Amino acid sequence: MGVKLLLEHAHIEGIRFYDAYRKNGGYRSVEKALKMTPEEIVEEVKKSGLRGRGGAGFPTGMKWGFLAKPEGVPRHLVCNADESEPGTFKDRYLMEFLPHLLIEGLIVSSFALGSHHTYIYIRGEYVWVAEILEQAIAEAKLNGWLGKNILGTGFDCEIYVHRGAGAYICGEETALIESLEGKRGNPRIKPPFPAIQGVWMRPTVVNNVETLAAVVPIINMGGAEYAKIGIGKSTGTKLLSACGNINKPGIYEIDMTISVEEFIYSDEYCGGIPKGKKLKACIPGGSSVPILPANLLLKTAKGETRIMSYEGLADGGFTTGSMMGSGGFEVFDEDQCVVRHTMTLARFYNHESCGQCSPCREGTGWMYKILKNIEYGKGKISDIDLLWDIQRKIEGNTICPLGDAAAWPVAAAIRHFRDEFEWHVLNPAESQERNYGLAHYADPIHVPVAI
Amino acid sequence: MSEQPKFKVTVDNIQIEVPAGTTILNAARMIGGDVTPPAMCYYTNLKESGGKCRTCLVEVSKGSDKDPRPMPKLVASCRTTVMDGMEVKNITSDKVIDARKGVVEFLLLNHPLDCPVCDQAGECDLQDLSYQHGSEKTRYEFDRRTFEKEDIGPFIQLHMTRCILCYRCVFTADEVTGCRQHGVLDRGDHSAISTYLGKSLDNEFIGNVIDVCPVGALTDKTFRFKNRVWFTKPVDAHRDCPTCTSKVRLWMRGDEVFRVTARKNKFGEVEEWICNECRFHKKEVKDWVIEGPSKISRMSVISQGHYVNTHKAPVLIDKVIGKQPKLLMNIHTVSDVNRREVDLSKIEGPAHSEDFKTTDLNN
Repeated sequence: MGVKLLLEHAHIEGIRFYDAYRKNGGYRSVEKALKMTPEEIVEEVKKSGLRGRGGAGFPTGMKWGFLAKPEGVPRHLVCNADESEPGTFKDRYLMEFLPHLLIEGLIVSSFALGSHHTYIYIRGEYVWVAEILEQAIAEAKLNGWLGKNILGTGFDCEIYVHRGAGAYICGEETALIESLEGKRGNPRIKPPFPAIQGVWMRPTVVNNVETLAAVVPIINMGGAEYAKIGIGKSTGTKLLSACGNINKPGIYEIDMTISVEEFIYSDEYCGGIPKGKKLKACIPGGSSVPILPANLLLKTAKGETRIMSYEGLADGGFTTGSMMGSGGFEVFDEDQCVVRHTMTLARFYNHESCGQCSPCREGTGWMYKILKNIEYGKGKISDIDLLWDIQRKIEGNTICPLGDAAAWPVAAAIRHFRDEFEWHVLNPAESQERNYGLAHYADPIHVPVAI
Repeated sequence: MSEQPKFKVTVDNIQIEVPAGTTILNAARMIGGDVTPPAMCYYTNLKESGGKCRTCLVEVSKGSDKDPRPMPKLVASCRTTVMDGMEVKNITSDKVIDARKGVVEFLLLNHPLDCPVCDQAGECDLQDLSYQHGSEKTRYEFDRRTFEKEDIGPFIQLHMTRCILCYRCVFTADEVTGCRQHGVLDRGDHSAISTYLGKSLDNEFIGNVIDVCPVGALTDKTFRFKNRVWFTKPVDAHRDCPTCTSKVRLWMRGDEVFRVTARKNKFGEVEEWICNECRFHKKEVKDWVIEGPSKISRMSVISQGHYVNTHKAPVLIDKVIGKQPKLLMNIHTVSDVNRREVDLSKIEGPAHSEDFKTTDLNN
């Protein structure tokens, strides 16, 4: 049984409400943190080695350290709850069942960053979650954890819930800031970075829900103690939202020391693949990260066991590895079609592109149309190379990472599943009736032995 | 006030000293010629413009003297400021040329290519761009995106199908007219320039959106289908206007004024904004004081037939590659025909290859 820091009390009846939460040790970290100086809290977070849980995995302490502190200009903390990545639903669970954990983390982080007006930007589709948060904020305020002069320390903090209108792009931090300001959610061109000029041109930190919630155990147990959990630079625990062809889909908290194989097959976590089917492929971190075939997922290209950690999943770079991403763990069994799946993702990114810069606006739609042709048996062999060329020209040439996020799944699918694409093109009639199946995607990879 | 610090920046092996805060694009424009990246969305006079079209991508191979690491991705030169000692690769980088080719292909993907009936043809930035940086063929095999026609007023014609979403007209309305009635609706590849519920644009300076539009998406209704721009002759003129400086360019044929636009500099950018009164209503020669023919780039199709006051771009190839280009073949040493001592009249009948007794190339 792994360590549980965030979901420790998730099973308790009524933990959603203030009384039960407080009875189980809630808001201890606020009491502790408000006695420290803001610099000490930032130092603790730096010591903990906490990395952003939203996808990029940027060290949180370092991000906080970048925040500009000009005299007389207010600073803001914004919580990014615009969780729209297909396959990721960990933040929703956290906010729905443990809203006070997020609020606790927000108060501590606001104090550390000197933010008196803190925002939760929540995606528009999470209507009921926004209501839960509003209620939790009201409860916290009633009990003196928010508002003016918190715990008599003279620190004022207000938390506002801002609902988005349902755009994936608003999960990108600068687009989120634009949207929060009431403008069209177009990503800004960086520099200036939000740490210098963010919301209303004031220094801003944007953090993921899980990152801010993880600040609570860091303060409670100390940064150094938190850093002892996990492997290497992957410290602490991570929430994974497992879905797809597994026996027990849901949210799991792992301490990043277990192997991918254990995560999929052990009864404590996903519980294996239903109906005795075989594993074909998996997206380990939300739809944007590269898809991996079964053989590369369980073992790295060097033949070592792949560990569920930031470094473990990224082992081998994009050629034979993937990314931890936002933790949306999608499992595909032998009956799934990679081409169809890639097409679905391409359609999603085409729909969600903001239309600001040309490679992403035009390229995502083009990729979707080609993939649709291949999927429905109208493709050509040259289309596969064309897709590769398009994704190459989108990746890295756009304003925000949505272009990369649209390009990576297509690139990885072609890189690892080219046979399946070719089979679709060469057998148009057959491909409409059956799937390519498991093929050789679970065969062990030949590892050259060092002489 | 202390003097602004100067930064040394190298673009394609050519070094130039520019004031701090200059963007890479503007530094390259100071050098001029081939090393200037194309810009479809950046507009010097519009503060927030740039960074969207991605045609001006360049490679920064050395960040600065202090931090010589190269930048990991290609950067938009119009929004990246120079650092001291920065080294930039534009036409000398294969990565840039490849990426730019990709961007041009993306821009043309859904463009209708109706140049033969488009009023912008001949002065269209996208035409120039695709001619200079694009490939001759598209690989796109699908139907192009189309839009419903929309009426945005009596003077400005909107062709949304031609739009490349550079946002220039949005920023013009924001920053020049101070009252924006149009914007970008929707998102992704179906995002469109439009007004809220089809209102018309009426504003004293809104006509300037026609000039800033790099393509034929916004055109002048008073000039629509009247003439091709290369048949009209541009002359600079002014008048006594109460609202603007009225430094305009008249596009004339004979004594007839077909069109009035603002004057543009060599980067195709408007020098001074003009008002709607000057642009749409003063179409008689007697309204204007004519200053003389305009300077037009000799590369432009508009300058055909009247090469007055043309300016030539500097030739920089020797500086970019660091030496004079190698002469592949000197015709005078290869063939006898051009030798002074050979009398051409002595060669009988039509010349055959044997008549041109070639000398050994090594001699």
